[in-house]
Amino acid sequence: MFWRRAAHGRVGFRRSLPELGLLLLATLVLLEGSVLPLGAASSPETGITPGAGVSHGHADKNHSETKHKKPFPVLGLNYDSVKTPFEISLWVLLASLMKLGFHLLPRVSSIVPESCLLIVVGLLVGGGIKLIREEVPPVLDTKLFFYCLLPPIILDAGYFLPIRPFMENLGTILMFAVVGTLWNAFFVGGFLFAVCQIPHASLSHIGLLPCLLFGSIISAVDPVAVLAVFEEIHINELLHILVFGESLLNDAVTVVLYHLFEEFSEAGTVTVLDGFLGVISFLVVALGGVLVGAFYGFVAALTSRFTYHIRVIEPLFVFVYSYMAYLSAEVFHLSGIMALIACGAVMRPYVEANISHKSHTTIKYFLKMWSSVSETLIFIFLGVATVEGPHQWNWVFVTATVILCLVSRVIGVVGLTFVINKFRMVNLTTKDQFIIAYGGLRGAIAFSLGFLLDIEHFKDMREIFLTAIITVVFFTVFVQGMTIKPLVELLAVKKKQEAKRSINEEIHTQFLDHLLTGIEDICGHYGHHHWKDKLNRFNKKYVKGFLIAGERSKEPQLIAFYHKLEMKQAIQLVESGGGSKLPSAMPSTVSMQNIQPKNQPPPPKPTERALPQLTKGREEEIRKILRSNLQRTRQRLHSYNRHTLVADPDEEGFQDIILKKQKMMELDRKIKEMANYLSVPSHPKDSPTMSRARLASDPQAYNIKLPAGGVPTIQVDLASPQSPDSVNLLDEIGKAEQKEDSGLMMKPPESNGPEKAGEKDGWRDQQKLTRCLSDPGPGAEEDEDEPFLP
Amino acid sequence: MGATQTRSGQEYQELAERTGFSAEQIRNLHKRFQQLSGNEDTISREHLKSIPALANNPIRKQIIEAFFDKRNQHGNELGSYEEIGFEEFLMVMSHFRPPTLRTTEEEKEAMRKEKVRFLFNMHDTDGDGKITLVEYRKVVEELLSKSGTIGQEAAKAIADAAMLEVASTNVPNMVSETAKLSRGKDCMVACCSAAVTGSCRSRAQMTSMKGLP
Repeated sequence: MFWRRAAHGRVGFRRSLPELGLLLLATLVLLEGSVLPLGAASSPETGITPGAGVSHGHADKNHSETKHKKPFPVLGLNYDSVKTPFEISLWVLLASLMKLGFHLLPRVSSIVPESCLLIVVGLLVGGGIKLIREEVPPVLDTKLFFYCLLPPIILDAGYFLPIRPFMENLGTILMFAVVGTLWNAFFVGGFLFAVCQIPHASLSHIGLLPCLLFGSIISAVDPVAVLAVFEEIHINELLHILVFGESLLNDAVTVVLYHLFEEFSEAGTVTVLDGFLGVISFLVVALGGVLVGAFYGFVAALTSRFTYHIRVIEPLFVFVYSYMAYLSAEVFHLSGIMALIACGAVMRPYVEANISHKSHTTIKYFLKMWSSVSETLIFIFLGVATVEGPHQWNWVFVTATVILCLVSRVIGVVGLTFVINKFRMVNLTTKDQFIIAYGGLRGAIAFSLGFLLDIEHFKDMREIFLTAIITVVFFTVFVQGMTIKPLVELLAVKKKQEAKRSINEEIHTQFLDHLLTGIEDICGHYGHHHWKDKLNRFNKKYVKGFLIAGERSKEPQLIAFYHKLEMKQAIQLVESGGGSKLPSAMPSTVSMQNIQPKNQPPPPKPTERALPQLTKGREEEIRKILRSNLQRTRQRLHSYNRHTLVADPDEEGFQDIILKKQKMMELDRKIKEMANYLSVPSHPKDSPTMSRARLASDPQAYNIKLPAGGVPTIQVDLASPQSPDSVNLLDEIGKAEQKEDSGLMMKPPESNGPEKAGEKDGWRDQQKLTRCLSDPGPGAEEDEDEPFLP
Repeated sequence: MGATQTRSGQEYQELAERTGFSAEQIRNLHKRFQQLSGNEDTISREHLKSIPALANNPIRKQIIEAFFDKRNQHGNELGSYEEIGFEEFLMVMSHFRPPTLRTTEEEKEAMRKEKVRFLFNMHDTDGDGKITLVEYRKVVEELLSKSGTIGQEAAKAIADAAMLEVASTNVPNMVSETAKLSRGKDCMVACCSAAVTGSCRSRAQMTSMKGLP
């Protein structure tokens, strides 16, 4: 089925794309290769004289010809002072262009996961640089990796972590993360030590503790690799969260084991006390990391409560607080990853309730952007670092490592699942187990940890370790990464359900939650639901009031969800371009509102009610159109996944829509009143405002016209050949918006107050309308119009 | 525990067969029953209402009603009891058992259906086998009742939207398990199943009784 996709595209165009890609690559390699030697060759003394760059050629001349007045350097070359930022930018540019390139080659990217392609690119670039310069810059510097490249990815993962499935499966995830990683580490380390004892392999200098250390490095499932590969295969949420959660939480175990074995590799022996301290250390590292993260999360949430007036720096708070959480955890040797996850997950509900939706969009896009670039860079650097070395290939060691990793992973998963299934509601099937085992990818974290090894203490072993780590990483990313997609298809593993979350699901989820809590209470059993309910109530009562500004703190979850859903569907309706056809799936409140005035319950067949009944004539039409269309259009909402972005239901326009919805409700009440008196057609000589106050007389197809530019508004024009005066009320509003540029404020119309009887009523209603429209409505805390943000 | 000592192991056995609980679990539940009823033989609504932890539950009334609903007794009666004995209590509780590794696929299907029917009965308060819009509105209102002063409008709007959604899901394609089920119930079951299996995978099998003291 991968070949099906390749059938698109014109042949000529396609033929040129690989060439384009290669050309791009070659250009960049040459650029980097040629620029870097220039930097190296430039003379070290490049003082920055005021006004002009010192040309290198002149620098030499200056010594000998100080008395000569040299000509004013019109064009100089000063590479050294911009060297580092320049190179960084070049790398980032390379990464981004590569990403672009892959999407232009659909055939390749459907077979090979992006991570593999990126490693290959890295290899090529590394090779290219080596050829040109004989020396590759040490790009996968550990500090760079752990402080710059890793945090954005983890923050992105933590901020958008789906909390509910994560918490539901927390026990399972912890089992896999902690027990599974421990098992892997000891199994691999122990058996490798045994392998090292084989007389013919020249490995006898590797002791037990270094082996265990190696085991602990290589055993951890890597979140970056997992994210990169699992993103593309779209498996069901349960498996995704299990493997991904495991990869995140095993960081604590890795940190502890790494430090433990590293310390004791020097000492040479491990006692029981050390083991015990190790366990305590693990608890401290894990819980400490979470606490630090949670603390920063709360502080960030509290800060966001007060950002009412300066919306622009809201995203900055989110990023900086999270980064601080990470760094603070690293200071104390706690698990930085867990701190970051905890910070993101804790602050998210409160921050999102407080910030403007532009900030929300900014945060989302920035996180996705940074994490995307980071991930690309990591894989490219992995390729480059492979070329760089240092390597020492030892057949026995490397093959033993690869095989042992696979074997231990499989045994670990099967064994653990056997135990876990006794405690789970929904058991993990064999297929699930296979995917979990197969999805245990290693990645750049293992490599960086290997790099971190002290050169002094691990003299001969370091190269062997590094080579083995790289081999395992390559193996998992290439082999497992490439084959997991066809395997998922083959095994018919359940895929992610693309169905959007419906209002019924939400209602039932809440209902079931309460039901189960109630049953637990009746049984007298303090179970999982009981505590969750307690936590929710505590949250609602104290925490939300403290951390969320204004009215939003009281809004129940169901209402918030419903509003988001409505808004999303309204946007969809607008984008589908028509007010005339309502998609039948849209839960418009219109037709149901018709039922309200009736006293008897509606007829029992819901199917007949699915299509909106237009029997009430023009009023209903107006009401429908107004309700669903009176809002600002946004830029077209593309839906993305992680390499693209997930279209959340809580995207743009949320509070705006609520505002307008409330206005709409008032508006339609007014219209209802108006319909009672306005039936007199206006004179052509009437002021436009008066004629506009008349309702359209025919239910026509209304077109939504998007303006050419400027403030996005919606004007609803009549398509009918009827009198051009009978333009809808909306026009007035639309024009007012364009004029005013400040929300739905209408100045009272400037016309001379007409004295005619019929029109007087109309005028009165017009005024009523203007008044209702100028009422900002409850809770209008949103300042939409930032002049310097588009 | 005078009168209850007549509940010998044999009776427990019979109950165990009917409800699927183990003897241990039945004993625990019995103890709890005694506690709730004040050592009497039957429980009334007041007994359940007096549980302090339930006070914060927005759908408390529905839950308590479910215990007294005759439809949940695996029979075909309608209406509700005034008081229930231990057997009825146990029958209602049996709806919440999770499937074990040993249950077959058909048994799992049957269990799932039973659970959905339990849910359905909770919503269908007038017992006519259909969930009307008014009843559904009531559900949403109850859910929101503890959340403060949210207007009636919002609750109504949500319920309406939900009903529309149900109507628009593929009702004609759904095969009803018995021809007797009415259209409305089918919709609700489809929706419930979808919701229940879609969003609450693990909740479809409800609370396990294993942790009982």
